[in-house]
Amino acid sequence: MSAVVAEGLSKRFGETEALQGVDFQIERGTVLGLLGPNGAGKTTVVRILCTLLRPDAGRAVIDGIDVLAEPRRARARIGLTGQFAAVDERLTGFENLQHVGRLFHLRTAEARRRARELLERFDLDEAADRVARTYSGGMRRRLDIAMSLIGRPSVLFLDEPTTGLDPRSRQGMWDVIDELGRSGTTTLLTTQYLDEADRLADEIVVIDHGTAIARGTADELKRRVGGELVEVVLADPADAGRVVELLAPRACGTVGAQAEGSVVTVPMDDLTGVVPAVVRDLDSAGIEVVDVRTRRSTLDDVFFALTGHPATDEEAGTEPGTEGAAGADPAAPAAGEAGVRR
Amino acid sequence: MSGGASASVDTLAAPDAREETPSGLTWALRDSWTEASRHLRALPRNPEVLAFSTIQPVMFVLLFTYVFGGSIRVPGFDDYKQFLLPGIFAQTVLFGSTFAAVGLAEDMSKGIADRLRSLPMYPPAVLVGRTFADLLRNLITFVVMLAVAFAIGFRFEGTLAEAAAATALLLSFAYAFTWVNALLGVSVGSVEAANSASFTWIFPLTFVSSAFVDPSTMPSWLEPIARNNPFTIATNAVRALYNGRAAGSDLWLALAWAAAITVVFGFLACRKFTSSTR
Repeated sequence: MSAVVAEGLSKRFGETEALQGVDFQIERGTVLGLLGPNGAGKTTVVRILCTLLRPDAGRAVIDGIDVLAEPRRARARIGLTGQFAAVDERLTGFENLQHVGRLFHLRTAEARRRARELLERFDLDEAADRVARTYSGGMRRRLDIAMSLIGRPSVLFLDEPTTGLDPRSRQGMWDVIDELGRSGTTTLLTTQYLDEADRLADEIVVIDHGTAIARGTADELKRRVGGELVEVVLADPADAGRVVELLAPRACGTVGAQAEGSVVTVPMDDLTGVVPAVVRDLDSAGIEVVDVRTRRSTLDDVFFALTGHPATDEEAGTEPGTEGAAGADPAAPAAGEAGVRR
Repeated sequence: MSGGASASVDTLAAPDAREETPSGLTWALRDSWTEASRHLRALPRNPEVLAFSTIQPVMFVLLFTYVFGGSIRVPGFDDYKQFLLPGIFAQTVLFGSTFAAVGLAEDMSKGIADRLRSLPMYPPAVLVGRTFADLLRNLITFVVMLAVAFAIGFRFEGTLAEAAAATALLLSFAYAFTWVNALLGVSVGSVEAANSASFTWIFPLTFVSSAFVDPSTMPSWLEPIARNNPFTIATNAVRALYNGRAAGSDLWLALAWAAAITVVFGFLACRKFTSSTR
C-alpha cells in the first residue's frame, strides 16, 4: 500500500486554477520530489495533504486514512515543515520541541526524551537552552524539521526546505534530508531547484500550472530529452535558426536555442562520433563557431523540454494563497542558476 | 548530523510508536493549557510585552491623574481620582486585549498556525490558550496598576466583595474583547495590520465613553453614543462598585455584553481559525 495517494486534486482560488487534477502516489520509505516553478501549485498540494486546505475535487489518503473524512487521524501520522521556519522565537529549542511533543500527546517524560534526542540528532544540543530568536536561519530550519519529527510521523512533508538558506546551510539541509530518506521516512519534498530534486528524490513529479506534466526517476526524466547534450556556441546568434535546422536530423529530441540564440542545444542518446560530425556539418555550412562542447543533460534541460520555459520562471508565482510570499524571497540561493544555462 | 545509522533509525523512523490521543473535554482542556503555557512561559522573556503590560499602565495612571486631574470636576465625585481611575483600569485592560490580535497574526504569518493546525491537537485550543494567557497577563497588569493607584490615594469605598466583583467584571469584559481581537488576528494578513486594526476601534470605543469625563459634557450628537457604548456601561458598573455605590442595571447589562461578545466572537474566531478553506 502506498503511504500517500493523491487522486485528481483540484483547487481554484478565485480566477486561478491552482490545481487541475493532480495524481501521484508515494511508496512507503521513499522520497517523492514535487518539482516546479513558483506558483505551480506545489504548496497547494502540501496544504491539502496536511489537512490545511480542502480541495474542490479529488481524494487524498495517508496511510489508508482519507484526510478529508478523518483529518484528526491523518494529522497524527504526518509531520509538516512549511516554507517558513515555524518556531516560536520566544521559546528555547528544547521548549519548542517539548511543546509540539505535548500537542502530539506524548507523555511528559517521553516528550522530553524525544526533544533531547532530536536536538542532538540535528546538532542543536549546544543551543538547546537558548531562545530560538538567537538562532541562525539554518539552525531554525533544523529545529523546524526536528519539530515535525517529534511525533514520529509516518509521512513527512518538506515544503521548499532550502528556500532562503545560504549555500552552506543548504548543503547542511541536504545532508539532513538525505539521511531522513535513507532511514526510511516517507517524504514529500517540494522544490523549485532541479539539482535538489535530482539529489534527494527517489521519484520526481514535475508540476507546472497546477498539472503534473511528467513523472519518473531523475534518470528516466533525463532520458526523455536524451542523456547527453551537444552545445554549440555561435559567434553570431543570427545563425541560430539555420543551425537548429541543420542539426535536427542528428538529435534524438527537440533542438533548442538559448541565451538569445548564441547557444544551440542538441539532445543525443549517444555521443560516439557525434562531435566531429557536428563540426563537419557546421564547417561545410560556413557557420562560425566559438565552441562545441558536450555535457550530461540535467533536470533543467528536462524542465525546459517539457514546459518550454526554464524552471525558475519569473512570471509565475503570482497565485494568491499558493507559493506567494516565500517565492518572492530575493535571498533565495541559486534562484537564477537553476533555469539559466550557460 | 552526527550519530550512527542505528541511532538515526531509532530517532527518525518508528512510525507506530505513538500513544492514543485523548478525547472530548480532556483533549480540549489539555491542549488549551499546553498552548496557554507556551505564552505564559514566554511572557517574562518579552521585554516589550512586559513594558506595555506594566510600565504603560502606570504611566497612564500618573499622566491622567496629574495632567487632567486638576482641571476636571465631575459632579458627584469630590476627588476626580475616584472617578478617573476605574475608567483607566477599564481602558488599560481593554488595550491589553489587543495582544491577541498581534500575537495571532504573528502565528498565522510565520507558519506557526499551520504547524499547529497540522498537529493532532484540538484546533481551537490555539485561541483558547492564547486568550487565557492574555487574561492572566491582564490580571498582572491590573495588580500593578492598582498598586500605583493606591499609592497616589485611590481607595475602595465599598466592601471588599464589591471591589472583587468590580475586578471580575473588568477582566471578563476585557476577556470578551480578547475574542474580538482574536478574530481580527486570524483574519488580517500581517502583524502591522492587526495592530492598527485593533487600535482603530479600541480608541473610539474607550474614549467616546464615560471613562474620563461625564458624557453629558459631550456634544449632543455624541452623548447618546457615549452613553450606550457597552464600554460606558461596564465602566459605570466598575466605578460604582469600587466606590461602594449601587451599580444597578449596569452590572447585569455589562455582564450580558461580556457574555454575548465572548460567545459570538469566540465562535466566529474559532470557526475562522479552523476552517480549512483558506
